[in-house]
Amino acid sequence: MTDIFGIPLPALMGQLTLGLINGAFYAVLSLGLTVIFGMLRVINFTHGAQFTLGAFGAWMLLNYFKIPYWVSLVIMPLVMAVLGALVERLLLKRLYEMNHLFQLLLTFGLAQMIEGTLAVVYGSSGKPYDNPMPGGVDLGFMFLPYYRGWVVVASLSACLVTWWAIERTRLGAYLRASTDNPELVRTFGIPVPHLMTMTYAFGVALAALAGVLAGPIDQVKPSMGSGLIITVFAVVVIGGVGSIMGSIVTGFALGLLESLTKVYYPPASSVVIFLVMAIVILAKPTGLFGRQP
Amino acid sequence: MTATCAAIEIKGLQGYYGPSHVLHGIDLRVPAGQVVTLLGRNGAGKTTTLRAIMGLLRQRVGSIRINGKETIGLPPERISPIGIAYCPEERGIFPSLNVRENLMLPPVLMPGGFSTDEVIAMFPRLAERFNSPGTKLSGGEQQMLAIARILRNGCKILLLDEPTEGLAPVIVQQIGDVIQELKRRGYTVLLVEQRLDFAMSVADLHYVVEHGCVVAQFSNDELLAEPGRLQKYLGV
Amino acid sequence: MRHHSKLIFTLLALVLAVAPLVAYPIFVTKLLCFALFASAFNLLFGQAGLLSFGHALFFGGAAYVTGYALKAWGWNTEWAVLLGMAFATTAGLIVGLVSIRRQGIYFAMITLALAQMFYFFCVNAPFTGGDDGISAIPRRPIFGVIDISDDRTLYYVVAVTFFLSFALIYRIIHSPYGQVLRAIRDNEQRAISLGYPVDQYKLIAFVISAAFAGLAGALKVLVFRLATLVDVGWGNSGEVILMTLVGGIGTVFGPLVGAGFILTMQSYLQGYAQWVPVMQGFVFVVMVVMLPKGVVGEFMVRIFKVQPAAVK
Repeated sequence: MTDIFGIPLPALMGQLTLGLINGAFYAVLSLGLTVIFGMLRVINFTHGAQFTLGAFGAWMLLNYFKIPYWVSLVIMPLVMAVLGALVERLLLKRLYEMNHLFQLLLTFGLAQMIEGTLAVVYGSSGKPYDNPMPGGVDLGFMFLPYYRGWVVVASLSACLVTWWAIERTRLGAYLRASTDNPELVRTFGIPVPHLMTMTYAFGVALAALAGVLAGPIDQVKPSMGSGLIITVFAVVVIGGVGSIMGSIVTGFALGLLESLTKVYYPPASSVVIFLVMAIVILAKPTGLFGRQP
Repeated sequence: MTATCAAIEIKGLQGYYGPSHVLHGIDLRVPAGQVVTLLGRNGAGKTTTLRAIMGLLRQRVGSIRINGKETIGLPPERISPIGIAYCPEERGIFPSLNVRENLMLPPVLMPGGFSTDEVIAMFPRLAERFNSPGTKLSGGEQQMLAIARILRNGCKILLLDEPTEGLAPVIVQQIGDVIQELKRRGYTVLLVEQRLDFAMSVADLHYVVEHGCVVAQFSNDELLAEPGRLQKYLGV
Repeated sequence: MRHHSKLIFTLLALVLAVAPLVAYPIFVTKLLCFALFASAFNLLFGQAGLLSFGHALFFGGAAYVTGYALKAWGWNTEWAVLLGMAFATTAGLIVGLVSIRRQGIYFAMITLALAQMFYFFCVNAPFTGGDDGISAIPRRPIFGVIDISDDRTLYYVVAVTFFLSFALIYRIIHSPYGQVLRAIRDNEQRAISLGYPVDQYKLIAFVISAAFAGLAGALKVLVFRLATLVDVGWGNSGEVILMTLVGGIGTVFGPLVGAGFILTMQSYLQGYAQWVPVMQGFVFVVMVVMLPKGVVGEFMVRIFKVQPAAVK
């Protein structure tokens, strides 16, 4: 059995798999935040709560309506997209004239309301969600559970589809142009306000998808989004706004870094991402892949 | 001139940027198929007038009719399909897109516009730079791109804000040629210009704007006969 | 506003003097601590336009430092409080230096992330007592003579401290420095072109804000004799933002009103502790959408026709 710097290989690979999974969630969530921020100039604090709602929704569908995981995976993002569109239309749109910090406060308030209500209704302890893909494969140097492999594949696919949609389609071109100069894009006849609603809805759908994916891994609990979202904020600051691929790469990389730290220097593992953030801000304020403002 | 020939007809346009009253009653008429310029000192309200026509000035009161349709209360995305396109002073080339994407971005809103091949034929320099990021072009090339991309969409009324600003004489000449070609094809052009000689070489009609209203109007013939008339409005 | 200031401060002094006679001393003392916390936050957000989402770091960090100094090192009250404030000031300098490099939304995210980092540090550090926190913190007599073991006496000590701090913040707001700060908030490019060292001004505001937030946290430790993880959590950061928002961002008395409103709401919901976050979230949403100027702000606009020096 080989040892890497003192840690046996299976243990290391096990941690790295976990890191890859965390990284997958960081990537999908930071992608959602970046896409929303690019178009709307809003940091969607509600993202964490929308992630939690995705997980809770899947749990509710399973426990109340016997709707299985694979259906939830499709339904929950759609449902949350609709709800997201409503939030954007009814609440966020009214605030565009104001200082953008107020929108941040609004999304913060919404997050509190959602999480608080879930806590009141369901209590703060976790609800289990059965693993839809039990078992795994023995790769020799480690054991890879099927579900974890699926999470990484699904997240990566979602990220790549999003990247392709934004960088290679006409709609994506409209989005990118609107990020640069929304006024001018409107003069071309393109309904930018509708695009903004759609973009928000899409970002929320990504969060919900991540939530459904997360359910079977850990438990479903009201606070699952809030701790995660703050780390994702740090990921977004590190990656910088301006590159879709940048957000994806940064998310995965930081997940791996975090797990490596957990293996080799555990006390720093919960703060290493924030440390990296502080360093990046001091060295390259716009982020690793950010464009000059 | 019959009243139905107006591409753009503005009556009593008042405009505000928040608490600031910037347009104090603009009245002007752009006949279809003609080239009209807005002249005036810096800060007179020429750009603001173009923006108001395009729906970019949020607070406006009065009447703006484009191709006969009242547009005073419409957002830009509903004004554009009536048949009007805008090329702003800063050109507005999107940094996130390359040249080809910039060119192809505006959707075709109605038939009768330039085909992509025709646009490339008119601006061959752009084809060579198709894959460069939009902002890596020279000033002249950016201006070409900004005009080129609104030719495809089929809109026959163009608003051009200082198209020759900061450009070398050779390019200015090219832009003059482009405008002549557009006129030949039946386009209507309303442009804001600081270069008087250029304005007089392409336009049929001139309006002078001062302090947010139209203070004078000259046909091009009148101006060519007596260029001194402008001195009192634009004199330094 | 200037001419009325003597009148206003006299009124404030009167209100402060009478308060413990009409309400529970502990409640009003707590109120003053959070009013100071919110005033400190408001100095940064309302005057400089910098939204810090991590102010709990200064409040809670000072609480821990003061608590530890009192309990484990046996320090005198006045020195322990000063130490807490010194911690907050230093932390403010460090956090400020990192965060000020970015603006607006990014600034908010960075302050949140740094505060979260500190939170994790507190979770693991041995001297914070983890989940239990530092409890049974002694209330030693101030300067050896003022016995603050009596709640009412403590109230008056805190009230005097609050009054002086509040007066100082008021002076800062209405000073030339305050004017430049507001200019930076409204149009930073312009301020830069006029030659002002904008980053320095912002940093100073940040440090002052952190210092007073730390003072508030240190005082709170005297009131409740307890310092816990809640004090450094992002919920606490969110709460002070809410208090300021409700009261009126950029107004002088907004934080006081806001703190009063939120704390009163919390005490009414005593039996339904889990509903507090929902209610607070709801208040957040309602305030932002309907009353962004806050109670005091709207009051000043409607009744006095005065635009408060607020974030647009």
